[in-house]
Amino acid sequence: MSRDNDPLIRLGGLEKYFGDYHALRGIDLDIGAGEFFSLLGPSGCGKTTLLRVIAGFEGVDAGTVAIGGRDMTRVSPNRRPTNMVFQSYAIFPHLSVGRNVGFGLRKVSGDAAEKRKRVDEALEMVGLAGYGDRAAHALSGGQRQRVALARALVLRPKVLLLDEPLSALDKKMREQMQVELIRLQRQVGITFILVTHDQEEALVMSDRIAVMFEGSIAQVAEAEALYRRPIDRRVAEFIGVMNFLPASISDGVVEVAGLGKIVADDLQSTAATNGAPVAGFRPETATILFPGQDAPGRIAEGRIAEVVYYGDMTYYDVRLDGCDKPVRISMRNVFGRPVLEIGAQARLSWSPGAVTLFC
Amino acid sequence: MQQDTKRGLTLIAPPLGYAVALLAVPLIAIVIFSFWTQDYLTIDRTLSLRNYREALTDPIYGAIMLRSLGISGSVTLITVMLAFPVAYFVSFRVPPAHKSLWLFLITIPFWTSYLLRIFLWKVILGYNGVVNSVLTGIGLIDEPLSWILYNANAVVITLSHAFAPFAILPIFVALEKIDRSLLEASRDLGENAMTTFLRVTLPLAAPGVVAALLIVFIPTVGDYVTPAQVGGAGGTMIANVIQAQFRDLNNAPLGAALSVLAMLIVTVLALGTIWIARRLSGGRD
Ligand SMILES: Nc1ncnc2c1ncn2[C@@H]1O[C@H](COP(=O)(O)OP(=O)(O)OP(=O)(O)O)[C@@H](O)[C@H]1O
Ligand SMILES: [Mg+2]
Repeated sequence: MSRDNDPLIRLGGLEKYFGDYHALRGIDLDIGAGEFFSLLGPSGCGKTTLLRVIAGFEGVDAGTVAIGGRDMTRVSPNRRPTNMVFQSYAIFPHLSVGRNVGFGLRKVSGDAAEKRKRVDEALEMVGLAGYGDRAAHALSGGQRQRVALARALVLRPKVLLLDEPLSALDKKMREQMQVELIRLQRQVGITFILVTHDQEEALVMSDRIAVMFEGSIAQVAEAEALYRRPIDRRVAEFIGVMNFLPASISDGVVEVAGLGKIVADDLQSTAATNGAPVAGFRPETATILFPGQDAPGRIAEGRIAEVVYYGDMTYYDVRLDGCDKPVRISMRNVFGRPVLEIGAQARLSWSPGAVTLFC
Repeated sequence: MQQDTKRGLTLIAPPLGYAVALLAVPLIAIVIFSFWTQDYLTIDRTLSLRNYREALTDPIYGAIMLRSLGISGSVTLITVMLAFPVAYFVSFRVPPAHKSLWLFLITIPFWTSYLLRIFLWKVILGYNGVVNSVLTGIGLIDEPLSWILYNANAVVITLSHAFAPFAILPIFVALEKIDRSLLEASRDLGENAMTTFLRVTLPLAAPGVVAALLIVFIPTVGDYVTPAQVGGAGGTMIANVIQAQFRDLNNAPLGAALSVLAMLIVTVLALGTIWIARRLSGGRD
């Protein structure tokens, strides 16, 4: 959270090739001390590569990696103040849980009793107190992950690197570990860099997120800014759901299919696109009015094309008059009010302040 | 259940019969023979421990058994120590696409018959052989070396060559099974390349090394052809003595007793090796 003027990690102009393949393209990034930072992007965009460059497992073809104000571009992984939680956890199968956690303490000064105490503390921190003598190969997936965390944290690194640490867990376990990781990060106060392709996970956990596409960073922002003010259409599509409607602009007035005219000054934001201009809004920023209900904002008319019921929420696909493609609206279900049916007339209340123009 | 048991028995019957006919029957025959005694031209079939007494008291047998263990122990150590770097290189340095090609190339010299390779070593190590011609040719020595053929050294060299692929393959398999991210994890936790090798690679390769040790040691103790061809008098091994008892000396029961004793010693040593390996790897298989 505390971001000083001097970032803990400064990546400058990183370029990385695998043969002919350009894996990292001009990465510039500052990450502050104590930050929970996420690298988010679709599969193959270079997240793992960037993390491995920070850890020192991959060299770069150009650019610099500085950690704690020191140039570490050519420093080998064992000499960097970073530790990694591997996607496969990489638990040593020939060692007990305790010896796994204590693996990196061999070079740390201190006597055996002190080191044992540190191992026990680390195990307790991840909720595995008393597991020290267990064989590592007999652990469940969630337990392995905790061992991997303890093994890295026991060394008190400046930076903890996590490569999709939750992707091997089931949904319940994943949500539980998300909360635990946040708690741990606040407790130990060190910088966490998390790689994920799950946008929800990134939004829930991080102080700041870098969205990557094809080897370069498209946007770095806090979760809410990323969601509300995406820098371009790719980011908007990748983070959450956004409805896109064709738009045209003239004299500071935007004409949006299905919604009508909007004064440009009333828009939430404008962003880049490499296609024709479109206006976008998020499903939760508009509501369907029930008969007799009045609402602030502007009204658009349409018909319900699809209903998806989620228990607490219902998703409606609404086909607005004057527009072929339906827009998705998400509504919280209210006790005693029936869910609308397919084919029903729908009056949509929306606000220009929630619309982003991509042009 | 009954049906399954029956079908299972039918399925394993042929290999079981094969194993019984070719392993169990000869083994039992040898054991029985070892308790009989040779009475000039006939065999006295009353059970007795006379052969065992003779085998254990006559110092010549003990000495030759010890020499066999010494030779095969040296062969095992040399073979495994040379095999490890080769297996390591193929597993860690050769690109995945070329690994099978490398393994294939390693086995090529072993397509020729075992006997031919022994004769080849005779040509290489002989008094007028390749080694001696080269060394005298470049003036390193005046007289051809005589201690490289027809003695224990020649047996060690020939057997080490013959068993190389049998040591390379199990070690290679063990190295292949090592998850590469474990090595990165070790680097990440502060170890350099060397200490990573000692703390991660070597312990995880141990099962393959133990397999290689046993695969080389067990058959070489009882090897017969190599010492007979290149061993001379000083390179005689226990199998040569057993063969002599069965044929030239016409004392099959004593030969059988020596065989049983040799098998017992090898069994004990093999089990001991496995036990030590278990202890060292902390109870994991
Ligand atoms: N060692 C390598 N040799 C060649 N190409 C590589 C290597 N490592 C990664 N790549 C390529 O670089 C690109 C980025 O890989 P990277 O593993 O960083 O993706 P990622 O964003 O982590 O994806 P995922 O979410 O699937 O893990 C991919 O196209 C990949 O094929
Ligand atoms: Mg990845």
